[in-house]
Amino acid sequence: MAEFRMPSLGADMEAGTLVEWLVKPGDQVKRGDIIAVVETQKGAIEIENFEPGTVEKILVEVGTKVPVGTPLAMIRAEGEPAMSITAPAQPPEPAVAPSRPLEPKAPAPAPTPAPAAGAEAEERVRISPAARRLAEQHGIDVSTLLGSGADGAILLSDVARIIAEPKIGGARGRGFDLAAMRDAIAAAMARSKREIPHYYLAQPIEMTACQDWLAAVNAKRPPDRRLLLGALLVKAVARAARKFPAFNGFYRDGAFKPAPSVHVGMAIAIRGGGLIAPAIHDADGLSLDALMTEMRELVGRVRSGRIRSSEMADPTITVSSLGERGVEQLYGIIYPPQVAIVGFGKVAPSPWIADGKVVARPVINATLAADHRVTDGHAGALFLSEIETLLQEPETL
Amino acid sequence: MATTDKPRLSRDHVLELLRHMIRIRRFEGKCAELYTQEKIRGFLHLYDGEEAVAVGVIPVLESRDRVVATYREHGHALVRGVPMKAALAEMYGKQEGCSHGRGGSMHLFDRSTNFYGGNAIVGGGLPLAIGLALADRMRGSDNVTACFFGEGAVAEGEFHESANLAALWSLPVLFVCENNRYAMGTALALSESETDIQHKAACYHMASEAVDGMDVVAVEAAARRAVATIRETGRPYFLECRTYRLRAHSMFDAQLYRDKSEIEAWREKGPILRFRTWLEQNNMLHPLDLVRIEAEVGAEIDEAVAFAEAAAWEPIEQLTRFVYAEQTARDRPVNHVATKS
Amino acid sequence: MLQQKAESQATETTYREAIREAIRDALKRDERVFLMGEDVGRYGGCYAVTKGLLAEFGPERIRDTPLSESGFTGAGIGAAIGGLRPIVELMTVNFSLLALDQILNSAATIRHMSGNQFGVPLVIRMATGAGRQLAAQHSHSLEGWYAHIPGIKVLAPATVEDARGMLWTALEDPDPVLIFEHVMLYNMTGMLASDAGPVGINKAAIRREGNDISLITYGGSLWKTIDAATALAVEGIEAEVVDLRTLRPLDDATIMASVRKTHRAVIVDEGWRTGSLAAEISARITEQAFFDLDGAIGRVCSEEVPIPYPRHLEEAAIPQVPKIIAAAKTALTGG
Repeated sequence: MAEFRMPSLGADMEAGTLVEWLVKPGDQVKRGDIIAVVETQKGAIEIENFEPGTVEKILVEVGTKVPVGTPLAMIRAEGEPAMSITAPAQPPEPAVAPSRPLEPKAPAPAPTPAPAAGAEAEERVRISPAARRLAEQHGIDVSTLLGSGADGAILLSDVARIIAEPKIGGARGRGFDLAAMRDAIAAAMARSKREIPHYYLAQPIEMTACQDWLAAVNAKRPPDRRLLLGALLVKAVARAARKFPAFNGFYRDGAFKPAPSVHVGMAIAIRGGGLIAPAIHDADGLSLDALMTEMRELVGRVRSGRIRSSEMADPTITVSSLGERGVEQLYGIIYPPQVAIVGFGKVAPSPWIADGKVVARPVINATLAADHRVTDGHAGALFLSEIETLLQEPETL
Repeated sequence: MATTDKPRLSRDHVLELLRHMIRIRRFEGKCAELYTQEKIRGFLHLYDGEEAVAVGVIPVLESRDRVVATYREHGHALVRGVPMKAALAEMYGKQEGCSHGRGGSMHLFDRSTNFYGGNAIVGGGLPLAIGLALADRMRGSDNVTACFFGEGAVAEGEFHESANLAALWSLPVLFVCENNRYAMGTALALSESETDIQHKAACYHMASEAVDGMDVVAVEAAARRAVATIRETGRPYFLECRTYRLRAHSMFDAQLYRDKSEIEAWREKGPILRFRTWLEQNNMLHPLDLVRIEAEVGAEIDEAVAFAEAAAWEPIEQLTRFVYAEQTARDRPVNHVATKS
Repeated sequence: MLQQKAESQATETTYREAIREAIRDALKRDERVFLMGEDVGRYGGCYAVTKGLLAEFGPERIRDTPLSESGFTGAGIGAAIGGLRPIVELMTVNFSLLALDQILNSAATIRHMSGNQFGVPLVIRMATGAGRQLAAQHSHSLEGWYAHIPGIKVLAPATVEDARGMLWTALEDPDPVLIFEHVMLYNMTGMLASDAGPVGINKAAIRREGNDISLITYGGSLWKTIDAATALAVEGIEAEVVDLRTLRPLDDATIMASVRKTHRAVIVDEGWRTGSLAAEISARITEQAFFDLDGAIGRVCSEEVPIPYPRHLEEAAIPQVPKIIAAAKTALTGG
């Protein structure tokens, strides 16, 4: 007994609908006879029989859609006994078009909140594969590295420099006791907020001059000799502090004493939650190149735990910049016994009025938190204004 | 060696012609069956109704001559001498296939019989044929390259470029246009401004004629004339064989573009039926001849099926073979100076 | 700079003359070789490459064809299968599109489709590239498209030595070889040894050594890249210039050795940026030398525009020395 099956008529045919039987049980059929018509996506196609014999039984009724290979009828060859009553081995099943389950779209991730002033969020380190490999080979924690590449990327040269530096203090790795430091910071901050009457001022500063000047200067320099915006900011603050001594010094024992030198404390975050602000000594007198070098080295040493205690105690004014973290304005807490802290947010294109028209300019928000026992808002405004003026002529810094 | 002009219609010869045609017809029928069972996959283009063209032309050629065909080439391959087993194994995709299983139904190639495919781009084989003929011409040989194609190819630019080149450069090409009236589903009158194809070819300045493609003797006679002319003159010849395709373009074709009555009318005029009838009327065919032919052909087909079923799948690790030549030894140049002026 | 052969006499020759000499040499050496294409005979070749060869070798071996790119390319394929060694000259890559079916569906695939029974030992030469204000339809650089196809080999000679020597090796190859000649190179002069002969076609060449960055390029862009390297050196940046020479198969070994040394790479490619050969090379570097990279891989390619006619726009559309320099510097900052 032969099975007449739904034929495959093409590579993309999966099923067909039987629309007409041209034979009935008892009919004689030859090889090549057209015995049924099947509807496919291309139209109705006549299907031919290949086994000579007699049609024994129709298995699939008109109008049924079945997959390729499904038996449609039984053909009895000459001389074969008639089929017994038992059901055929494979009962035909109508084809069920498989439906693709709709895949739900993954919900958009919630935006990460901007980190609070002074804290360092866990983040991806921007480092080239080769630099990472070199750092790993030398056991250097990549999160302690400062990068000189585009967007602060850490390059081979940055790692190589760290490897080449002699270590102060001998011991490798971190020189900090993080827990102790956190306690100290907590105490200092609490005291500051308790004892120092803070006032806050903010000043948006147009940064086109700085950006243009930096681009021009840096275009001619190899990566490890380029100036970053931070150097301009620190230098401007340092020179303004020199001009306005009421913001540069210490308040102790009920009195303020201006400092003879300007040592700018640079707030540097440490992975794990620490924050220190070691000093760049005589920042007002350093050339920008020298300042940049100092800043780089300082960060490098902070992150690898090799800071001298004098650097920790000496700052006469502090600068904190969270621009890279995306913060627009920063309201700092003064580090006692200092009397001021200047904060900078990110440089972002903002509406600006020029010649009576609204234009887009790169703008940074500078903020001043100062000790109201020593200065007032008027002086603070002049101080910030001086910083602004200085930043309009970066070539003079 | 001159090809004789007229077919000698001895009993042996006519039975051979009939046998070739029946062999092709039965083979194609088996391919259809195997395709419905998913043993043969992809596209399948069958030759039913056109057998007289391949059978009339190809045996006229010498083994040194060359044959270029299309994707509807099973009949041409078989009559040219490609073993049936190898052809069927190729369609199964097995590595014992004539193209190592790599080509399938549309790409039957056989070096030993100078059978250059099996080309699936309509018109794509014509420039190839021009090139083979050019090589023969430049080497001073009188080989003939027979190039088979459908009337649909005449619309392609490559037909016109090839016809022009063949005539311009005097290339020994036998263009055999199998005009089966439908290019897939498009009737000739709907695609050609000039439907007299041999006339079109004649405009390229080559010998050109049309012949009844359903009459195997007429086709053979025309082929003998053509091949003799080509060998003698070195110039191309165009033979339009007017025929009909009894099956659909390919297996998955609802034939919405033609009437069943038209097909049935042509079936009555089909080459095998017609030749058989003529032979019987002329007492050249006995009933036992047919029985014998069918039995032989049936046995050969069964053997080919068994061969293809048992043949091996090529190991997947060998996937990237046959992209570039594998031998490292280069074909060194012949070291003597050309003497042509 | 470029290594020069120290032996025997070297004479100054043009890239064009070097190719002509290569063709002449091939025709003399092997009687199976013949050249066919449009205007190669009586006209002397669109770029004067075949000037004089018709008189020397006759019309059967320097064969003028009608304007039938598909027809005569297919004929070249058939003749190669039939035992000859044809050189098909497609006037430019722009017109090769008419023969694309024959190149891809016949030349590249016949060996495979026939199960290795028939190979196609054909050489196709084509002019390529922009720079002569020939506008959108005459200025393509499609080497990358062809390098995409398994079954053929693709060469881009950029020096007179390679122009002279690649053809013979290509003619010896049992598989189809495409040779791309950049139109701006035909007039270029260089020193060529009088006994210059065939050169290999599987390896890239280091045209300039350096430690700071790998500039990887081919064909018409090679000399711009070398100029850029010279300019970078003045600023203390030592670039290594890799001339690919063969676009398929790419010489991964030479490319990766260079990138492992310099840690930075910029690829200069006159094709359009999207889906370019430069993209392929960039992907390979990422696959094979990722951990040696000190920054993102840069690309200098043609801008996403059909090549415009006016000079300043054409220049802005294709790779130029300043863009290569800028890309190199960007790569040095980590990209």
